[in-house]
Amino acid sequence: MSFFKKLKEKMSGTPEEQIEKQSITEKFKGGLSKTRDQFTSKVNDLVAKYRKVDEDFFEELEELLLQADVGFETVMELMDKLRYEVQRKNIKDTSGIQSVIAEKLVEIYESGEEQLAELQLPETGLGVILLVGVNGVGKTTTIGKLAHRLKQQGKTVMLAAGDTFRAGAIDQLQEWGNRTGVEVVKQAEGSDPAAVMYDAVRAAKSRGVDVLICDTAGRLQNKVNLMNELEKIHRVISRELPDAPHEVLLALDATTGQNALIQAQTFKEVTNVTGIVLTKLDGTAKGGIVLAIRNKLGIPVKFVGLGEQMDDLQPFDADKYVYGLFAEGLELEDTEDK
Amino acid sequence: MAFEGLAERLQVTMQKIKGKGKISEADVKEMMREVRFALIEADVNLKVVKEFIKTVSERAVGQDVMKSLTPGQQVIKIVKDELTQLMGGEQSKIAFSTRPPTVIMMVGLQGAGKTTTSGKLASVLRKKYNKKPLLVAADIYRPAAIKQLETLGKQLSLPVFSLGTEISPVEIARQAIEHAKQEHHDVVIIDTAGRLHVDEALMDELKQIRAIKEPDEIFLVVDSMTGQDAVNVASNFNEALGITGVVLTKLDGDTRGGAALSIRSVTQKPIKFVGMGEKMDALEEFHPDRMASRILGMGDVLSLIEKAQTEVDESKAKELEEKIRTQSFTFDDFIEQLQQVKKMGPLDEILKMLPGAGKIKGLENAKVDEKQMGRVEAIIYSMTPHEKTHPETINGSRKKRIAKGSGTSIQEVNRLLKQFDDMKKMMKQMSSMQQKGKKKMNFPGMDGLFR
Repeated sequence: MSFFKKLKEKMSGTPEEQIEKQSITEKFKGGLSKTRDQFTSKVNDLVAKYRKVDEDFFEELEELLLQADVGFETVMELMDKLRYEVQRKNIKDTSGIQSVIAEKLVEIYESGEEQLAELQLPETGLGVILLVGVNGVGKTTTIGKLAHRLKQQGKTVMLAAGDTFRAGAIDQLQEWGNRTGVEVVKQAEGSDPAAVMYDAVRAAKSRGVDVLICDTAGRLQNKVNLMNELEKIHRVISRELPDAPHEVLLALDATTGQNALIQAQTFKEVTNVTGIVLTKLDGTAKGGIVLAIRNKLGIPVKFVGLGEQMDDLQPFDADKYVYGLFAEGLELEDTEDK
Repeated sequence: MAFEGLAERLQVTMQKIKGKGKISEADVKEMMREVRFALIEADVNLKVVKEFIKTVSERAVGQDVMKSLTPGQQVIKIVKDELTQLMGGEQSKIAFSTRPPTVIMMVGLQGAGKTTTSGKLASVLRKKYNKKPLLVAADIYRPAAIKQLETLGKQLSLPVFSLGTEISPVEIARQAIEHAKQEHHDVVIIDTAGRLHVDEALMDELKQIRAIKEPDEIFLVVDSMTGQDAVNVASNFNEALGITGVVLTKLDGDTRGGAALSIRSVTQKPIKFVGMGEKMDALEEFHPDRMASRILGMGDVLSLIEKAQTEVDESKAKELEEKIRTQSFTFDDFIEQLQQVKKMGPLDEILKMLPGAGKIKGLENAKVDEKQMGRVEAIIYSMTPHEKTHPETINGSRKKRIAKGSGTSIQEVNRLLKQFDDMKKMMKQMSSMQQKGKKKMNFPGMDGLFR
């Protein structure tokens, strides 16, 4: 059995089998397997179907990308780049095209900038992370996972229950606090979230905590009042601790379509978003919109949520991700070369 | 950013075609490309878009688009009609069981808004259908999900059935239905755990819940911001469970909501409700025509016009015009105006219905202060009939009385009087402009501008 075949078998196990494989690398692979199946195998089919790189090929590739929610403008930009590259390198055969596509995808994503994947927290003293996003994207869950991750790195963590609006949100965060063994600063439901933040930053400072992670209520970006409230939260935090929040993470549901771009833009205007957490990527979702977001707004993806367990939050690496998507194809090339 | 609606997109194409005199089939094709763009930007699934374009193209070529003087308008109309038709059809009501309790199952992905929608639905059923609903907390997986439903139940004064997180959701549902029978609840709303539609184990659990007593309705709750994947979500749930309807949530955001079309065309199941806000009564019926406008990025003009038409009395409008012309506009008329505007609903919502209004900078700050309107009303109501028709007679002591009567201050009364005065002056100018007709407009101090 060739290496390629073995790899393929690994990828396409049943869901039960995938859950069994608990190591982190396997988890990443397992979590992304849907993306792989959906996207990569289609690209491979496409390559197999068309021997020649022609307009029909480009058109079908374009549709594939659109179906991954990449969005029209970014797809067009990518297609232009690809066409140019194909012409320049005089590629006629589709067999080598995957690596070119992968390369251009990374290029579009990074758009010349180096990505700062890890969290940028101060070396010494308190670091503050603020989680923002629309309703139901998984902010609280992400915080739980993030707390777990930071604790495993040997940091002391504190959580601030800033979602005082949604019923049960404070209990949900408390539950995560219990699971991860982390203290939660909270007030009653319906209280002013900015006041919660004030308390939390003070408490975190006086207790010498390494990282404070702040939850906020989900809000649709077109609600002016709620966005103003968020601005106030942000302001209170930075007044209590200059330079804070050190990271503002926008939680984004990977199934979200083109509205994600408006979300990213509006939240960036209000809170200066420093990174994106792409949640629920373990569904059939593809989250192609992050390409457009990075390309247009320069916000990088810092983490991806790949499951429901505590350790299912993984740092995101564009190179690995994109090359990972095409791993099968690249392997195939190698075997064919021999 | 590339979020202009279909109308704007078509405009560019029309500019090119203009002056050609005649529209060719190729031009229609070009326009269809724009329609395709617009739909994809609105998150309609690509396959659905393709089919849709095919139907519309046929209609467009067959119909008078090519002969029409305004082919752009014609195309928009066809597209909109077709969209409306696709999403509409049976405006179905909730199917209540003849043998209560009626069982409604809420299913959907994580974070779609099932729990909130369950609460809203219960509230609607009680208010509009006079039912006695029982909410069932069957999400034992997400931390504090039960607590969330219980809190909602408390807010709405509705009973919530829960057995903690130790007992299986199937058992919870079974006992809940029994409980409902005993307590004479005629509707049972089961809030199930959110799941990924690829999760076989959880899907099986839903099937088992369904098997207890065949639910009268299985509502798939979908986030209206969902992208291309909406098709897979809907078809997977539909194949596994046979959903009976869809609830589209978070439509109070600014998403185009193309998912509505995708889901509808894949499942053929009606969209029964839309979630329009965080308040517990923000669950509305679905209007296919409005959704069509929205997907095309044309704003909800129809709703606005409809609102204005139903609320503004035409004869009253004429009367007002006459008054403005003869400058006999009084505080009585002023308050009538205020009330007509108020009848149309919260002003910021009306503003939001205007196409492109969301994009206008500064408009979000021009928040209409409903409280302020209430104060103005109070001031006017504190005037005597004579004062209302002859505001010039309001002197110091009268002002004092009005301020006291309305619970405001003299300053506020003064401000209103001044505003009213300015308004009258403006009306005078407007009507004299109309009367003078084509005579050269003469604004004092503005002559310099026109030289």
